Amino acid sequence: MSEPITSIADNILNVENIRKDFPVLTQTVRGKPLIYLDNAATTHKPNSVIERIRKFDAEEYGTVRRGAYKLSENATQLYEESRQKVADFMGAEKKGEIVFTSGTTQAINLVAHSFGKRFVNAGDEIIISNIEHHANTVPWQVLCEERGAKLKVIPVNDAGELMIEEYEKLLSSKTRMVAINHVSNALGTINPIQEITEKAHAVGAKVLVDGAQSIPHMKVDVQDIDCDFYTFSGHKMYAPSGIGGVYGKMDIWEELPPYVTGGDMIMQVTLEKTTYAKPPARFEAGTPPITQVIGLGAAIDYLNEIGLDKIADYENTLLEYGTKLFNDIEGVRIIGNAHHKASIISFYIEVAHPHDVVTLLDQDGISCRGGHHCAQPTMIRYGLPATTRASMAFYNKPEELDALAESVKKCIRFFSA
Amino acid sequence: MSYDNELYQQVILDHNRKPRNFHVIENASHNCHGVNPLCGDDITVYLDVDEQAGKIDEVSFQGSGCAICKASTSLMTAFLKGKSVEDARQIKDEFHKMILGEMDPEKDEHHLGKLTLFMGIREYPSRTKCASLAWHTLVGALDKKFDGISTE
Repeated sequence: MSEPITSIADNILNVENIRKDFPVLTQTVRGKPLIYLDNAATTHKPNSVIERIRKFDAEEYGTVRRGAYKLSENATQLYEESRQKVADFMGAEKKGEIVFTSGTTQAINLVAHSFGKRFVNAGDEIIISNIEHHANTVPWQVLCEERGAKLKVIPVNDAGELMIEEYEKLLSSKTRMVAINHVSNALGTINPIQEITEKAHAVGAKVLVDGAQSIPHMKVDVQDIDCDFYTFSGHKMYAPSGIGGVYGKMDIWEELPPYVTGGDMIMQVTLEKTTYAKPPARFEAGTPPITQVIGLGAAIDYLNEIGLDKIADYENTLLEYGTKLFNDIEGVRIIGNAHHKASIISFYIEVAHPHDVVTLLDQDGISCRGGHHCAQPTMIRYGLPATTRASMAFYNKPEELDALAESVKKCIRFFSA
Repeated sequence: MSYDNELYQQVILDHNRKPRNFHVIENASHNCHGVNPLCGDDITVYLDVDEQAGKIDEVSFQGSGCAICKASTSLMTAFLKGKSVEDARQIKDEFHKMILGEMDPEKDEHHLGKLTLFMGIREYPSRTKCASLAWHTLVGALDKKFDGISTE
Protein backbone atom coordinates (compact mmCIF):
# COMPACT_ATOMS: atom_id res chain seq x y z
CA MET A 1 0.00 0.00 0.00
CA SER A 2 1.22 3.51 -0.72
CA GLU A 3 2.01 5.93 2.04
CA PRO A 4 -1.10 7.74 3.35
CA ILE A 5 -1.52 11.33 2.20
CA THR A 6 -1.48 12.72 5.72
CA SER A 7 1.99 11.40 6.44
CA ILE A 8 3.33 12.61 3.08
CA ALA A 9 1.92 16.04 3.86
CA ASP A 10 3.21 15.91 7.45
CA ASN A 11 6.72 15.31 6.19
CA ILE A 12 6.61 18.66 4.42
CA LEU A 13 5.09 20.79 7.16
CA ASN A 14 3.13 20.41 10.36
CA VAL A 15 -0.27 21.70 9.33
CA GLU A 16 -1.82 21.34 12.79
CA ASN A 17 0.80 23.70 14.19
CA ILE A 18 0.28 26.11 11.33
CA ARG A 19 -3.48 26.11 11.85
CA LYS A 20 -2.92 27.33 15.41
CA ASP A 21 -1.54 30.53 13.90
CA PHE A 22 -4.85 31.31 12.16
CA PRO A 23 -7.62 32.12 14.66
CA VAL A 24 -10.34 32.29 11.99
CA LEU A 25 -9.93 28.57 11.26
CA THR A 26 -11.24 27.50 14.66
CA GLN A 27 -14.79 28.73 14.06
CA THR A 28 -17.86 26.79 12.98
CA VAL A 29 -20.16 27.71 10.09
CA ARG A 30 -23.81 26.64 10.25
CA GLY A 31 -22.83 24.31 13.05
CA LYS A 32 -19.95 22.64 11.14
CA PRO A 33 -16.21 23.29 11.44
CA LEU A 34 -15.17 25.90 8.88
CA ILE A 35 -13.40 24.45 5.84
CA TYR A 36 -12.02 27.46 4.02
CA LEU A 37 -11.24 26.75 0.36
CA ASP A 38 -11.55 30.18 -1.24
CA ASN A 39 -7.94 31.22 -0.87
CA ALA A 40 -7.67 32.38 -4.47
CA ALA A 41 -10.27 35.02 -3.58
CA THR A 42 -8.75 36.07 -0.29
CA THR A 43 -6.64 34.55 2.48
CA HIS A 44 -6.80 34.75 6.26
CA LYS A 45 -4.28 36.36 8.56
CA PRO A 46 -1.98 34.65 11.03
CA ASN A 47 -1.78 35.93 14.61
CA SER A 48 1.59 37.53 13.91
CA VAL A 49 0.01 39.80 11.26
CA ILE A 50 -3.05 40.58 13.39
CA GLU A 51 -0.84 41.38 16.39
CA ARG A 52 1.60 43.49 14.33
CA ILE A 53 -1.29 45.58 12.99
CA ARG A 54 -2.74 46.00 16.48
CA LYS A 55 0.58 47.06 17.96
CA PHE A 56 1.32 49.47 15.13
CA ASP A 57 -2.07 51.15 15.42
CA ALA A 58 -1.92 51.21 19.21
CA GLU A 59 1.65 52.42 19.67
CA GLU A 60 3.43 53.40 16.47
CA TYR A 61 0.95 54.86 14.01
CA GLY A 62 1.82 58.14 12.33
CA THR A 63 1.82 59.74 8.92
CA VAL A 64 4.66 58.81 6.59
CA ARG A 65 7.18 60.83 4.58
CA ARG A 66 6.14 64.24 5.87
CA GLY A 67 6.11 64.69 9.65
CA ALA A 68 9.34 65.98 11.22
CA TYR A 69 8.57 64.43 14.58
CA LYS A 70 9.32 61.11 16.22
CA LEU A 71 6.07 59.22 15.56
CA SER A 72 6.10 60.10 11.89
CA GLU A 73 9.80 59.38 11.48
CA ASN A 74 9.37 55.96 13.08
CA ALA A 75 6.30 55.17 10.98
CA THR A 76 8.15 56.23 7.83
CA GLN A 77 11.04 53.95 8.71
CA LEU A 78 8.73 50.97 9.33
CA TYR A 79 6.84 51.74 6.11
CA GLU A 80 10.07 51.74 4.10
CA GLU A 81 11.25 48.57 5.85
CA SER A 82 8.10 46.89 4.55
CA ARG A 83 8.96 48.06 1.05
CA GLN A 84 12.40 46.49 1.47
CA LYS A 85 10.77 43.23 2.61
CA VAL A 86 8.60 43.19 -0.51
CA ALA A 87 11.61 43.93 -2.72
CA ASP A 88 13.61 41.08 -1.14
CA PHE A 89 10.63 38.73 -1.27
CA MET A 90 10.23 39.28 -5.03
CA GLY A 91 13.94 39.41 -5.80
CA ALA A 92 13.92 43.05 -6.92
CA GLU A 93 17.27 44.73 -7.30
CA LYS A 94 16.26 48.01 -5.65
CA LYS A 95 13.69 48.82 -2.95
CA GLY A 96 12.47 51.82 -4.97
CA GLU A 97 11.31 49.51 -7.75
CA ILE A 98 8.34 48.53 -5.57
CA VAL A 99 5.34 50.87 -5.88
CA PHE A 100 2.54 50.34 -3.38
CA THR A 101 -1.04 50.33 -4.69
CA SER A 102 -4.36 49.19 -3.27
CA GLY A 103 -3.86 45.81 -4.93
CA THR A 104 -3.33 44.12 -8.27
CA THR A 105 -6.28 45.81 -9.96
CA GLN A 106 -4.95 49.28 -9.24
CA ALA A 107 -1.42 48.13 -10.06
CA ILE A 108 -2.40 47.00 -13.57
CA ASN A 109 -4.47 50.14 -14.09
CA LEU A 110 -1.44 52.21 -13.08
CA VAL A 111 0.84 50.49 -15.58
CA ALA A 112 -1.76 50.45 -18.37
CA HIS A 113 -2.37 54.16 -17.88
CA SER A 114 1.18 55.42 -17.37
CA PHE A 115 2.96 53.05 -19.74
CA GLY A 116 0.16 53.47 -22.28
CA LYS A 117 0.32 57.25 -22.19
CA ARG A 118 4.08 57.21 -22.74
CA PHE A 119 4.59 54.28 -25.09
CA VAL A 120 1.36 53.11 -26.78
CA ASN A 121 0.15 54.80 -29.95
CA ALA A 122 -2.32 54.17 -32.79
CA GLY A 123 -1.53 50.94 -34.61
CA ASP A 124 0.45 49.46 -31.73
CA GLU A 125 -0.50 46.12 -30.21
CA ILE A 126 -1.01 44.73 -26.71
CA ILE A 127 -1.10 40.97 -26.06
CA ILE A 128 -3.06 39.30 -23.26
CA SER A 129 -4.31 35.71 -22.97
CA ASN A 130 -7.69 33.99 -22.99
CA ILE A 131 -7.34 33.09 -19.30
CA GLU A 132 -6.81 36.49 -17.68
CA HIS A 133 -8.72 37.96 -14.75
CA HIS A 134 -10.87 40.94 -15.77
CA ALA A 135 -8.31 43.08 -13.91
CA ASN A 136 -5.73 42.10 -16.55
CA THR A 137 -8.18 42.40 -19.42
CA VAL A 138 -10.32 45.52 -19.05
CA PRO A 139 -7.49 48.06 -18.41
CA TRP A 140 -5.82 46.95 -21.67
CA GLN A 141 -9.10 47.01 -23.59
CA VAL A 142 -9.71 50.57 -22.39
CA LEU A 143 -6.13 51.58 -23.24
CA CYS A 144 -6.43 50.13 -26.74
CA GLU A 145 -9.70 51.94 -27.29
CA GLU A 146 -8.23 55.24 -26.12
CA ARG A 147 -4.99 55.01 -28.07
CA GLY A 148 -6.27 53.31 -31.22
CA ALA A 149 -4.15 50.25 -30.44
CA LYS A 150 -5.11 46.63 -31.02
CA LEU A 151 -5.63 43.94 -28.36
CA LYS A 152 -4.47 40.44 -29.31
CA VAL A 153 -5.26 37.32 -27.34
CA ILE A 154 -3.17 34.17 -26.86
CA PRO A 155 -5.51 31.16 -27.16
CA VAL A 156 -5.49 28.23 -24.70
CA ASN A 157 -5.76 24.51 -25.34
CA ASP A 158 -8.41 22.28 -23.74
CA ALA A 159 -6.19 21.64 -20.72
CA GLY A 160 -5.96 25.36 -20.02
CA GLU A 161 -2.40 25.91 -21.26
CA LEU A 162 -1.35 28.89 -23.36
CA MET A 163 -0.60 27.94 -26.97
CA ILE A 164 2.93 29.26 -27.22
CA GLU A 165 3.25 28.66 -30.96
CA GLU A 166 0.19 30.92 -31.45
CA TYR A 167 1.75 33.51 -29.12
CA GLU A 168 4.85 33.58 -31.28
CA LYS A 169 2.69 34.39 -34.30
CA LEU A 170 1.05 37.31 -32.47
CA LEU A 171 4.37 38.95 -31.59
CA SER A 172 5.74 41.61 -33.91
CA SER A 173 7.55 44.92 -33.91
CA LYS A 174 4.12 46.49 -33.23
CA THR A 175 3.81 44.70 -29.87
CA ARG A 176 4.30 47.16 -27.01
CA MET A 177 3.20 45.11 -24.02
CA VAL A 178 2.50 41.47 -23.17
CA ALA A 179 0.33 41.22 -20.02
CA ILE A 180 -0.06 37.69 -18.67
CA ASN A 181 -0.87 36.14 -15.32
CA HIS A 182 1.70 33.91 -13.67
CA VAL A 183 -1.11 31.68 -12.38
CA SER A 184 -4.68 31.68 -13.74
CA ASN A 185 -7.18 32.37 -10.94
CA ALA A 186 -9.94 30.49 -12.76
CA LEU A 187 -8.03 27.33 -13.79
CA GLY A 188 -4.83 27.25 -11.75
CA THR A 189 -2.56 27.04 -14.80
CA ILE A 190 1.04 28.11 -14.13
CA ASN A 191 2.15 29.96 -17.25
CA PRO A 192 5.71 29.79 -18.63
CA ILE A 193 6.32 33.47 -18.00
CA GLN A 194 10.08 33.30 -18.37
CA GLU A 195 9.71 31.97 -21.91
CA ILE A 196 6.91 34.47 -22.62
CA THR A 197 9.11 37.32 -21.39
CA GLU A 198 12.11 36.22 -23.43
CA LYS A 199 10.06 36.07 -26.62
CA ALA A 200 8.44 39.45 -25.93
CA HIS A 201 11.80 41.08 -25.30
CA ALA A 202 13.12 39.64 -28.55
CA VAL A 203 10.66 41.89 -30.45
CA GLY A 204 11.22 44.86 -28.13
CA ALA A 205 7.95 44.52 -26.16
CA LYS A 206 7.65 44.94 -22.40
CA VAL A 207 6.05 42.37 -20.10
CA LEU A 208 3.68 42.76 -17.17
CA VAL A 209 3.08 39.66 -15.06
CA ASP A 210 -0.11 39.58 -12.96
CA GLY A 211 1.22 37.77 -9.90
CA ALA A 212 -1.86 37.97 -7.69
CA GLN A 213 -2.25 34.17 -7.62
CA SER A 214 1.41 33.15 -7.73
CA ILE A 215 3.24 35.24 -5.18
CA PRO A 216 1.67 33.60 -2.08
CA HIS A 217 2.25 30.09 -3.39
CA MET A 218 5.67 29.86 -5.03
CA LYS A 219 9.09 31.48 -4.96
CA VAL A 220 9.11 34.42 -7.36
CA ASP A 221 12.27 36.13 -8.57
CA VAL A 222 11.53 39.06 -10.83
CA GLN A 223 15.15 39.39 -11.95
CA ASP A 224 15.23 35.75 -12.92
CA ILE A 225 11.99 36.11 -14.87
CA ASP A 226 13.32 39.39 -16.28
CA CYS A 227 9.75 40.78 -16.59
CA ASP A 228 9.33 44.55 -16.64
CA PHE A 229 6.41 44.68 -14.19
CA TYR A 230 5.09 42.20 -11.64
CA THR A 231 1.91 42.89 -9.63
CA PHE A 232 0.55 41.45 -6.39
CA SER A 233 -2.24 41.81 -3.78
CA GLY A 234 -1.63 41.70 -0.03
CA HIS A 235 -4.94 40.08 0.88
CA LYS A 236 -4.09 37.00 -1.19
CA MET A 237 -0.83 36.58 0.76
CA TYR A 238 -2.15 36.57 4.35
CA ALA A 239 -1.88 40.36 4.69
CA PRO A 240 -4.67 42.95 4.98
CA SER A 241 -6.86 43.97 2.04
CA GLY A 242 -6.36 47.43 0.54
CA ILE A 243 -2.63 46.97 -0.03
CA GLY A 244 -0.66 45.48 -2.89
CA GLY A 245 1.79 46.75 -5.38
CA VAL A 246 3.83 46.43 -8.48
CA TYR A 247 7.50 45.84 -9.14
CA GLY A 248 8.86 47.66 -12.15
CA LYS A 249 12.37 48.01 -13.55
CA MET A 250 13.69 51.35 -12.38
CA ASP A 251 14.74 52.58 -15.83
CA ILE A 252 11.16 52.08 -17.06
CA TRP A 253 9.55 53.63 -13.96
CA GLU A 254 11.71 56.71 -14.50
CA GLU A 255 10.26 57.18 -17.98
CA LEU A 256 6.63 56.98 -16.91
CA PRO A 257 4.25 59.84 -16.08
CA PRO A 258 2.14 59.63 -12.90
CA TYR A 259 -1.27 57.95 -12.79
CA VAL A 260 -2.91 59.57 -9.76
CA THR A 261 -1.75 63.09 -8.94
CA GLY A 262 -1.83 65.08 -5.72
CA GLY A 263 0.20 65.28 -2.55
CA ASP A 264 3.43 63.41 -1.96
CA MET A 265 4.20 62.66 -5.60
CA ILE A 266 5.63 66.04 -6.48
CA MET A 267 9.03 67.64 -6.64
CA GLN A 268 7.73 71.19 -6.76
CA VAL A 269 4.33 72.77 -7.34
CA THR A 270 3.71 76.33 -8.45
CA LEU A 271 0.36 77.49 -9.76
CA GLU A 272 1.79 77.29 -13.28
CA LYS A 273 3.63 73.99 -13.27
CA THR A 274 4.39 70.86 -11.26
CA THR A 275 7.45 68.68 -11.44
CA TYR A 276 7.17 65.13 -10.25
CA ALA A 277 9.01 63.16 -7.61
CA LYS A 278 11.19 60.20 -8.52
CA PRO A 279 9.74 56.69 -8.43
CA PRO A 280 8.28 55.15 -6.33
CA ALA A 281 6.88 58.35 -4.72
CA ARG A 282 5.74 59.61 -8.14
CA PHE A 283 3.20 56.79 -8.22
CA GLU A 284 2.04 56.98 -4.60
CA ALA A 285 -0.03 60.15 -4.37
CA GLY A 286 -1.86 60.85 -1.11
CA THR A 287 -1.52 59.25 2.29
CA PRO A 288 -1.02 55.53 1.68
CA PRO A 289 -2.67 52.68 3.64
CA ILE A 290 0.09 52.81 6.27
CA THR A 291 -1.14 50.15 8.68
CA GLN A 292 -1.80 47.77 5.79
CA VAL A 293 1.77 48.19 4.54
CA ILE A 294 3.06 47.26 8.00
CA GLY A 295 0.74 44.23 7.99
CA LEU A 296 2.07 43.23 4.57
CA GLY A 297 5.62 43.28 5.93
CA ALA A 298 4.55 41.03 8.82
CA ALA A 299 2.87 38.61 6.41
CA ILE A 300 6.09 38.38 4.38
CA ASP A 301 8.05 37.64 7.59
CA TYR A 302 5.58 34.86 8.33
CA LEU A 303 5.82 33.36 4.83
CA ASN A 304 9.63 33.54 4.93
CA GLU A 305 9.65 31.76 8.26
CA ILE A 306 7.73 28.81 6.82
CA GLY A 307 9.50 29.01 3.47
CA LEU A 308 7.97 29.38 0.03
CA ASP A 309 9.53 26.14 -1.19
CA LYS A 310 7.85 24.17 1.58
CA ILE A 311 4.56 25.97 0.95
CA ALA A 312 4.72 25.14 -2.76
CA ASP A 313 5.59 21.49 -2.03
CA TYR A 314 2.82 21.10 0.50
CA GLU A 315 0.17 22.78 -1.64
CA ASN A 316 1.22 20.68 -4.59
CA THR A 317 0.62 17.56 -2.49
CA LEU A 318 -2.86 18.88 -1.67
CA LEU A 319 -3.50 19.57 -5.35
CA GLU A 320 -2.50 16.07 -6.42
CA TYR A 321 -4.60 14.53 -3.68
CA GLY A 322 -7.65 16.70 -4.43
CA THR A 323 -7.35 16.08 -8.16
CA LYS A 324 -7.34 12.34 -7.60
CA LEU A 325 -10.41 12.57 -5.35
CA PHE A 326 -12.29 14.61 -7.93
CA ASN A 327 -11.30 12.37 -10.82
CA ASP A 328 -12.95 9.51 -8.92
CA ILE A 329 -16.32 11.27 -8.57
CA GLU A 330 -18.77 10.47 -11.31
CA GLY A 331 -20.52 13.51 -12.78
CA VAL A 332 -17.71 15.96 -12.02
CA ARG A 333 -15.40 17.49 -14.57
CA ILE A 334 -12.23 19.37 -13.59
CA ILE A 335 -11.87 22.48 -15.74
CA GLY A 336 -8.18 23.17 -16.25
CA ASN A 337 -5.79 20.23 -16.33
CA ALA A 338 -2.57 22.00 -17.18
CA HIS A 339 0.66 20.10 -16.67
CA HIS A 340 1.91 22.88 -14.39
CA LYS A 341 -0.81 23.89 -11.96
CA ALA A 342 -1.12 25.78 -8.70
CA SER A 343 -3.42 24.55 -5.92
CA ILE A 344 -6.70 25.47 -7.57
CA ILE A 345 -9.36 22.96 -8.61
CA SER A 346 -12.08 24.45 -10.77
CA PHE A 347 -14.87 21.97 -11.45
CA TYR A 348 -18.24 21.57 -13.07
CA ILE A 349 -21.06 19.30 -11.97
CA GLU A 350 -23.43 18.42 -14.80
CA VAL A 351 -26.56 18.21 -12.66
CA ALA A 352 -26.12 21.37 -10.58
CA HIS A 353 -25.37 25.02 -11.24
CA PRO A 354 -22.24 26.29 -9.43
CA HIS A 355 -24.27 28.75 -7.36
CA ASP A 356 -26.44 25.97 -6.03
CA VAL A 357 -23.32 23.88 -5.41
CA VAL A 358 -21.65 26.54 -3.26
CA THR A 359 -24.82 27.10 -1.24
CA LEU A 360 -25.00 23.36 -0.51
CA LEU A 361 -21.26 23.12 0.26
CA ASP A 362 -21.76 26.00 2.70
CA GLN A 363 -24.37 23.87 4.46
CA ASP A 364 -21.48 21.55 5.27
CA GLY A 365 -19.28 24.39 6.49
CA ILE A 366 -17.25 24.53 3.25
CA SER A 367 -16.43 27.92 1.68
CA CYS A 368 -15.86 27.62 -2.07
CA ARG A 369 -16.34 30.09 -4.87
CA GLY A 370 -19.00 29.58 -7.52
CA GLY A 371 -19.08 31.92 -10.46
CA HIS A 372 -17.11 33.17 -13.42
CA HIS A 373 -14.19 34.19 -11.16
CA CYS A 374 -13.96 37.58 -12.90
CA ALA A 375 -12.75 35.64 -15.93
CA GLN A 376 -15.73 35.54 -18.26
CA PRO A 377 -13.64 35.08 -21.43
CA THR A 378 -12.21 31.93 -19.80
CA MET A 379 -15.71 30.60 -19.06
CA ILE A 380 -16.78 31.34 -22.64
CA ARG A 381 -13.72 29.44 -23.93
CA TYR A 382 -14.88 26.32 -22.06
CA GLY A 383 -18.57 26.86 -22.87
CA LEU A 384 -19.63 27.18 -19.23
CA PRO A 385 -21.61 29.87 -17.41
CA ALA A 386 -19.51 29.41 -14.29
CA THR A 387 -17.54 26.84 -12.32
CA THR A 388 -17.12 25.93 -8.68
CA ARG A 389 -13.59 26.52 -7.43
CA ALA A 390 -11.71 25.07 -4.49
CA SER A 391 -8.45 26.94 -3.91
CA MET A 392 -6.07 25.62 -1.28
CA ALA A 393 -3.58 27.27 1.05
CA PHE A 394 -0.89 25.72 3.24
CA TYR A 395 -3.27 25.82 6.23
CA ASN A 396 -5.64 23.37 4.52
CA LYS A 397 -5.51 19.68 5.44
CA PRO A 398 -5.98 16.63 3.21
CA GLU A 399 -8.94 15.68 5.46
CA GLU A 400 -10.66 18.89 4.38
CA LEU A 401 -10.45 17.76 0.77
CA ASP A 402 -12.00 14.42 1.80
CA ALA A 403 -14.86 16.40 3.34
CA LEU A 404 -15.17 18.50 0.18
CA ALA A 405 -15.32 15.40 -2.01
CA GLU A 406 -18.02 13.86 0.24
CA SER A 407 -20.01 17.08 0.18
CA VAL A 408 -19.76 17.25 -3.62
CA LYS A 409 -21.01 13.65 -3.89
CA LYS A 410 -23.91 14.49 -1.57
CA CYS A 411 -24.76 17.51 -3.70
CA ILE A 412 -24.78 15.38 -6.86
CA ARG A 413 -27.07 12.83 -5.20
CA PHE A 414 -29.35 15.64 -4.01
CA PHE A 415 -29.74 17.13 -7.49
CA SER A 416 -30.00 13.72 -9.18
CA ALA A 417 -32.77 12.42 -6.91
CA MET B 1 -28.14 12.88 2.94
CA SER B 2 -30.59 15.71 3.46
CA TYR B 3 -29.72 19.32 4.08
CA ASP B 4 -30.90 21.22 7.07
CA ASN B 5 -32.21 24.21 5.16
CA GLU B 6 -35.42 25.73 3.87
CA LEU B 7 -33.99 26.75 0.54
CA TYR B 8 -34.08 23.70 -1.70
CA GLN B 9 -37.53 22.31 -1.07
CA GLN B 10 -38.93 19.49 -3.17
CA VAL B 11 -41.20 21.80 -5.19
CA ILE B 12 -38.24 24.04 -6.04
CA LEU B 13 -36.15 21.06 -7.15
CA ASP B 14 -39.05 19.80 -9.23
CA HIS B 15 -39.54 23.13 -11.01
CA ASN B 16 -35.76 23.30 -11.61
CA ARG B 17 -35.79 19.89 -13.27
CA LYS B 18 -39.05 20.37 -15.15
CA PRO B 19 -39.64 24.09 -15.58
CA ARG B 20 -43.28 24.94 -16.44
CA ASN B 21 -44.21 27.27 -19.31
CA PHE B 22 -40.67 26.90 -20.63
CA HIS B 23 -41.15 28.09 -24.19
CA VAL B 24 -41.33 31.20 -26.33
CA ILE B 25 -44.72 32.86 -26.94
CA GLU B 26 -44.67 33.85 -30.62
CA ASN B 27 -45.85 37.44 -31.13
CA ALA B 28 -46.06 37.99 -27.38
CA SER B 29 -47.58 41.36 -26.45
CA HIS B 30 -44.76 41.92 -23.96
CA ASN B 31 -41.34 40.42 -23.37
CA CYS B 32 -38.16 41.31 -21.54
CA HIS B 33 -34.63 39.92 -21.19
CA GLY B 34 -33.21 39.85 -17.66
CA VAL B 35 -29.71 39.06 -16.40
CA ASN B 36 -27.85 38.77 -13.12
CA PRO B 37 -24.45 39.96 -14.40
CA LEU B 38 -22.52 38.75 -11.37
CA CYS B 39 -23.69 35.15 -11.56
CA GLY B 40 -24.86 34.75 -15.14
CA ASP B 41 -28.55 33.94 -14.65
CA ASP B 42 -30.13 34.83 -17.98
CA ILE B 43 -33.87 34.66 -18.71
CA THR B 44 -36.48 36.06 -21.08
CA VAL B 45 -40.07 36.43 -19.89
CA TYR B 46 -42.90 36.47 -22.44
CA LEU B 47 -46.44 37.75 -21.74
CA ASP B 48 -49.70 37.90 -23.60
CA VAL B 49 -51.67 40.66 -21.93
CA ASP B 50 -55.32 41.45 -22.66
CA GLU B 51 -54.88 45.22 -22.49
CA GLN B 52 -58.61 46.00 -22.26
CA ALA B 53 -59.28 43.62 -19.40
CA GLY B 54 -55.85 44.31 -17.86
CA LYS B 55 -55.34 40.56 -17.55
CA ILE B 56 -52.36 38.26 -18.17
CA ASP B 57 -53.62 35.56 -20.56
CA GLU B 58 -50.35 33.74 -21.14
CA VAL B 59 -46.92 33.87 -19.54
CA SER B 60 -43.80 31.86 -20.32
CA PHE B 61 -40.00 32.00 -20.14
CA GLN B 62 -36.76 30.73 -21.61
CA GLY B 63 -33.20 30.89 -20.37
CA SER B 64 -30.59 29.40 -18.08
CA GLY B 65 -29.51 29.84 -14.52
CA CYS B 66 -29.25 28.23 -11.12
CA ALA B 67 -31.99 26.10 -9.57
CA ILE B 68 -33.37 28.99 -7.54
CA CYS B 69 -33.61 31.24 -10.59
CA LYS B 70 -35.23 28.61 -12.80
CA ALA B 71 -37.68 27.43 -10.14
CA SER B 72 -38.61 30.98 -9.18
CA THR B 73 -39.34 31.90 -12.80
CA SER B 74 -41.24 28.68 -13.43
CA LEU B 75 -43.39 29.09 -10.33
CA MET B 76 -44.01 32.73 -11.19
CA THR B 77 -45.33 31.87 -14.65
CA ALA B 78 -47.64 29.19 -13.23
CA PHE B 79 -48.87 31.57 -10.55
CA LEU B 80 -49.58 34.60 -12.74
CA LYS B 81 -51.55 32.99 -15.55
CA GLY B 82 -55.03 34.59 -15.54
CA LYS B 83 -54.19 37.20 -12.91
CA SER B 84 -54.63 40.94 -13.47
CA VAL B 85 -51.64 43.14 -14.25
CA GLU B 86 -52.38 45.12 -11.11
CA ASP B 87 -52.30 41.97 -8.95
CA ALA B 88 -49.08 40.84 -10.64
CA ARG B 89 -47.35 44.08 -9.68
CA GLN B 90 -48.58 43.81 -6.10
CA ILE B 91 -47.45 40.20 -5.81
CA LYS B 92 -44.04 41.22 -7.13
CA ASP B 93 -43.75 43.81 -4.34
CA GLU B 94 -44.84 41.31 -1.69
CA PHE B 95 -42.44 38.66 -3.01
CA HIS B 96 -39.58 41.11 -2.94
CA LYS B 97 -40.33 42.17 0.61
CA MET B 98 -40.55 38.54 1.71
CA ILE B 99 -37.17 37.50 0.32
CA LEU B 100 -35.52 40.58 1.81
CA GLY B 101 -37.02 39.67 5.19
CA GLU B 102 -39.07 42.88 5.29
CA MET B 103 -42.35 40.96 5.36
CA ASP B 104 -43.09 37.79 7.28
CA PRO B 105 -45.66 35.68 5.41
CA GLU B 106 -46.42 33.81 8.64
CA LYS B 107 -47.60 37.02 10.31
CA ASP B 108 -48.33 39.63 7.66
CA GLU B 109 -51.18 39.60 5.16
CA HIS B 110 -50.13 38.65 1.64
CA HIS B 111 -51.25 37.17 -1.67
CA LEU B 112 -48.26 34.94 -2.33
CA GLY B 113 -49.89 31.52 -2.07
CA LYS B 114 -47.27 28.82 -2.53
CA LEU B 115 -44.66 31.37 -3.54
CA THR B 116 -43.92 31.52 0.20
CA LEU B 117 -41.75 28.48 -0.60
CA PHE B 118 -39.03 31.03 -1.30
CA MET B 119 -39.18 32.45 2.21
CA GLY B 120 -35.95 30.61 3.09
CA ILE B 121 -33.99 32.87 0.72
CA ARG B 122 -33.95 35.61 3.34
CA GLU B 123 -31.31 33.56 5.19
CA TYR B 124 -29.08 33.70 2.07
CA PRO B 125 -28.56 37.35 1.09
CA SER B 126 -26.18 36.36 -1.71
CA ARG B 127 -29.01 34.41 -3.39
CA THR B 128 -31.91 36.89 -3.28
CA LYS B 129 -31.21 38.09 -6.82
CA CYS B 130 -31.53 34.52 -8.09
CA ALA B 131 -35.12 34.48 -6.84
CA SER B 132 -36.04 38.04 -7.75
CA LEU B 133 -34.72 38.16 -11.33
CA ALA B 134 -37.96 36.62 -12.67
CA TRP B 135 -40.06 39.32 -11.05
CA HIS B 136 -37.85 42.22 -12.07
CA THR B 137 -37.96 40.89 -15.63
CA LEU B 138 -41.75 40.54 -15.45
CA VAL B 139 -42.10 44.20 -14.47
CA GLY B 140 -39.59 45.10 -17.19
CA ALA B 141 -41.86 43.35 -19.70
CA LEU B 142 -44.98 45.10 -18.40
CA ASP B 143 -43.18 48.47 -18.50
CA LYS B 144 -41.88 47.73 -22.01
CA LYS B 145 -38.20 47.99 -21.03
CA PHE B 146 -36.80 47.10 -24.44
CA ASP B 147 -33.19 47.31 -23.24
CA GLY B 148 -33.78 44.50 -20.77
CA ILE B 149 -33.26 44.31 -17.04
CA SER B 150 -30.05 43.94 -15.07
CA THR B 151 -29.93 43.44 -11.33
CA GLU B 152 -26.62 45.33 -11.03
